[in-house]
Amino acid sequence: MSKFAKKKDGEVPAVSTASLPDIVFMLLFFFMTVTVMKDSSLKVENVLPNASEVKKLEKKDRVIYIYVGKPTKEYEKTFGNEPKIQLNDKFASPSEVGDYILMERAKKPQEIQNVLTTALKVDKNASMGLISDIKQELRKVNALKVNYTTYEGDAFNNLQ
Amino acid sequence: MARRAGAPEVSAGSMADIAFLLLIFFLVTTTIETDAGLDRMLPPMEPPTEAPPIIKQKNIFTVNINRNGQLLVEDEILSIDKLRERAVAFLDNGGAPSGSPDFCNYCKGKRNAESSDNPTKAIISLKNDRETKYSTYITVQNELVGAYNDLRNREAKRLFGKEYVEMEAEYLNPETEDSVKEELKEKVQRIQGLFPQKLSEAETSSE
Repeated sequence: MSKFAKKKDGEVPAVSTASLPDIVFMLLFFFMTVTVMKDSSLKVENVLPNASEVKKLEKKDRVIYIYVGKPTKEYEKTFGNEPKIQLNDKFASPSEVGDYILMERAKKPQEIQNVLTTALKVDKNASMGLISDIKQELRKVNALKVNYTTYEGDAFNNLQ
Repeated sequence: MARRAGAPEVSAGSMADIAFLLLIFFLVTTTIETDAGLDRMLPPMEPPTEAPPIIKQKNIFTVNINRNGQLLVEDEILSIDKLRERAVAFLDNGGAPSGSPDFCNYCKGKRNAESSDNPTKAIISLKNDRETKYSTYITVQNELVGAYNDLRNREAKRLFGKEYVEMEAEYLNPETEDSVKEELKEKVQRIQGLFPQKLSEAETSSE
């Protein structure tokens, strides 16, 4: 009398689950690659300042990003260590901002072209001179809605 | 002893579970985080021929930031943590005498005749140096927006029993239903009308 009855011959064999991991891995890799945000790789240092009175930037398709900050270590030799503007994947001068905005605006569907927001992602150590230049350029192309992107936090942490 | 001949096979049955776990992890964590920040409107480029409107000096609250991050508020040096308080006092002053068309019946300020007449008239003018650090600028902006939000919250609570920032966030949220949005829009605009954000940014001085 054994506790566990022995399997009789002639039973339907269980479906092999050995390939299940492969299928799941395939799915995993699919999601890992697909969910990468279309975000230009940063070539500038980008530690944003803190602010407490923030509003969320809803609807990503209505946002144009401008990055400002010191070039990262790799680019320091070629571009120096003064804060620079990064548009898409390259460094730019303030005078190119206007054209960039117009170009990006033209890419968007007609109906949202005049509700676009420009998100300024500026490193907290940048100086206002550059920002003012950008703002002037934005005013020239009538891109008046800006969002100073920040982290949520106590604004007084910025001062240290 | 046939079994001792090779190493025992490692069971791969739980591999699927591990992979699923990873899959779920990536599915959950890669939700695109929404950025947040301070919304501002830039002034439109005005035609150079247009004469600037005449504004009474007492209705302007000047904030100057120098290159070292120090503040000059209404020609006095002020530490940055007092800024919100001062801005609230200025906006909420309601200095116009009762009976005049500018009289502010919801202001709770000191009603100093030397300060702003009415929140709808009050303008904050922000000026900064080219060398000012961006983080200082954001702190100042944050405090000024905070001053407006404080006052708007107060009025929203009084009128609708709910904080203004909450109502606005709900209004801007794309998931809110349209019928609720319509209702909120009216309320939000009413509060905005009581304390309109008039924050003027002069072009930066280079000295």
